[in-house]
Amino acid sequence: MCLGIPVKIVEKKGKTGIAEIGGVKREIDLRLVEDAEIGDYVILHAGFAIQKLDEKEAQETLDLIREIL
Amino acid sequence: MKYIDEFSNQRVCLNLAKKIEETANGKDMTFMEVCGTHTVEIFKSGIKSILPKNVRLLSGPGCPVCVTPNSQIDKMIAYARRDDVIITTFGDMMKVPGSIASLSKEKALGRDIRVVYSVNEAVKLAENNPSKKIIFFGIGFETTAPTVAASLKDAKERKLKNYFVLSAHKLIPPAIKVILESGEVRVDGFLLPGHVSVIIGRRAYDFIAQEHRIPCAVAGFEPLDILRATLCLVKQIDNGTPAVENCYKRSVKEEGNRVAKELMNEVFEIYDSEWRGLGVIPNSGLKIREEYSSFDVEKNIEVEITLNSQLTTHNSQCICGEILRGIKTPVACKLFGRECTPENPIGPCMVSSEGTCAAYYKYGS
Ligand code: SF4
Repeated sequence: MCLGIPVKIVEKKGKTGIAEIGGVKREIDLRLVEDAEIGDYVILHAGFAIQKLDEKEAQETLDLIREIL
Repeated sequence: MKYIDEFSNQRVCLNLAKKIEETANGKDMTFMEVCGTHTVEIFKSGIKSILPKNVRLLSGPGCPVCVTPNSQIDKMIAYARRDDVIITTFGDMMKVPGSIASLSKEKALGRDIRVVYSVNEAVKLAENNPSKKIIFFGIGFETTAPTVAASLKDAKERKLKNYFVLSAHKLIPPAIKVILESGEVRVDGFLLPGHVSVIIGRRAYDFIAQEHRIPCAVAGFEPLDILRATLCLVKQIDNGTPAVENCYKRSVKEEGNRVAKELMNEVFEIYDSEWRGLGVIPNSGLKIREEYSSFDVEKNIEVEITLNSQLTTHNSQCICGEILRGIKTPVACKLFGRECTPENPIGPCMVSSEGTCAAYYKYGS
């Protein structure tokens, strides 16, 4: 139930955004992620963006894994 | 970066599993994943089958639907039986049996019960149906609670008189504490729930490593995330240095999501709450604060719960409670796969798609 999926914000109007999910546009509530802008990826949970994804950290994690192996 | 494919590379997964095997070096280790979404992903992606036999993953109390006690489901059903209400809830909750029925059975009998994807839909429903009382069944952990808090704030701002919430929200750290302190099950490390952690932050778990000396890793949900977090746990055991490692840094911060935490704190207060299988856990639930009490269904609408023991749906052979505590696995249940299947579920662990019994049944053990 804590399922959250990464989605990209394609439109934004105040605290409401639009994300494209599997080709379908969906309204998402952005009030929990004050700094999210168009083009950012956020984790979507039950209609709300709960965090902005950090691309730099994502890349670092992938690099780190490559290093361990 | 799309944040999915990059974290599911099969070759990297197999290499990580090999690394886990080398580092564990034949030592027996049991790690508990405290999140139903992890349980499902672990089964679906076949992680169990590529891990060495001595590294075991065990499911814990991480399915919110499963840990909701009968008393709260019974109450919701009693509300559903009133003619002046519309019940709204997340889909997972519909089929879970209380003591006498489930919401989906009540719906079949003509009660107005609607599944919503987001709590915002419930608020809209209240605005559009002023003659009805809209009750939202608020279940879920820290991930979901801020969204419900947001709905209560909206309701207050819009001066809604017909929007109500039954708050059955639960908190994860106190449940982990109970599992550790009960000593019923040996856990050598915890895979911590990624999206609960998005809200509460990595730091919220420091007590597990500091007071209990148990390794922890906050894990994301792609196969690579889960395997890497598992490797972190094995390494911590190997080095003898328990810590709370953040293996999901692209989403989880030290302090979590400040806005969400503040919102949750403004609307809810912490209280001792009952969990299925684990009993009453101190400081483990969220109830609606006095300032928002006009939206608290339990304070505003009275119902009588009629329990008919002849009709009880509880099957004494169901061991869901023990499964939620990690002491048993579904295969130990006499009913598993025979009387109890996803088509004809007996306990909540088979009803919910995130329940351990459902995952075992669907993806094999
Ligand atoms: S298999 Fe069914 S009856 Fe057995 S523990 Fe799981 S839910 Fe309960």
